[in-house]
Amino acid sequence: MGLWRRFGARVRRSRGGYEVHISDEERELVAQLIPQLRDLLVATGGDASADPTVRRLFPTAYPDDPDRDTEYHTLMRDDLLARHLEQLDILEQSTGADRLTEEELHAWIGAVNDLRLVLGTRLDVSEEDTGDDLDEASPDQVPLAVYHYLGHLLGELVDAASS
Amino acid sequence: MGPMSELETPVVDRPSAEADTTTDVPWIVLVWNDPINLMSYVVWVFQKLFGYSREKATDLMLDVHHKGRAVVSNGTREQAELDVFRLHEHGLWATMQKDE
Repeated sequence: MGLWRRFGARVRRSRGGYEVHISDEERELVAQLIPQLRDLLVATGGDASADPTVRRLFPTAYPDDPDRDTEYHTLMRDDLLARHLEQLDILEQSTGADRLTEEELHAWIGAVNDLRLVLGTRLDVSEEDTGDDLDEASPDQVPLAVYHYLGHLLGELVDAASS
Repeated sequence: MGPMSELETPVVDRPSAEADTTTDVPWIVLVWNDPINLMSYVVWVFQKLFGYSREKATDLMLDVHHKGRAVVSNGTREQAELDVFRLHEHGLWATMQKDE
């Protein structure tokens, strides 16, 4: 984890904030994904029983106690939903930015992770899916490629936040 | 002996062990392995939420990864619920149960 890595990093700490050197195509891709997730979150209202693809964003808290779990979700669902939506808003407002504050970087991390969680759930990915052997004939090819790209971007964002 | 000093430390009343409420039962918070979350992301979340060193956060993440789940924190029911909520905010699959 030496200095050489920092110089090459596309997302890096700089002067109290972070520089983001990713391509316009990437920014455009991310920008296109945001409203799709927002619509899904708003439509389900944070209720994973309405659409299981969001279950990773609203998981079970009390696996041994369904009543308590229902109580937990009733109390916390709105706050949790608001947090996910807020992160998406911040990401959307700053997809074109070359510099991010720490708050914005953390929102990018959370929102990109959310996008990845929902996409990965929809594609039912396993730990063995590395993205190295994408089957060109598969209808999942494009979303899988997007999923793996988001993982790469997330890794870069987390590396910068951890530096 | 002179008069009692106003600065003398008062005796603290400790709650009786018999004064049971379910909130006093220790609860543990578990994080479960999943095929989606990046290892580096999980380590970062553990550091961010619990103030663990990178080494401890990495050990915990590896426990989750290899054993299927790990205890990441413990406390009263309220504390555990807050930790679960914060972990859910970060997209981690966290649950809580009584420490028995």
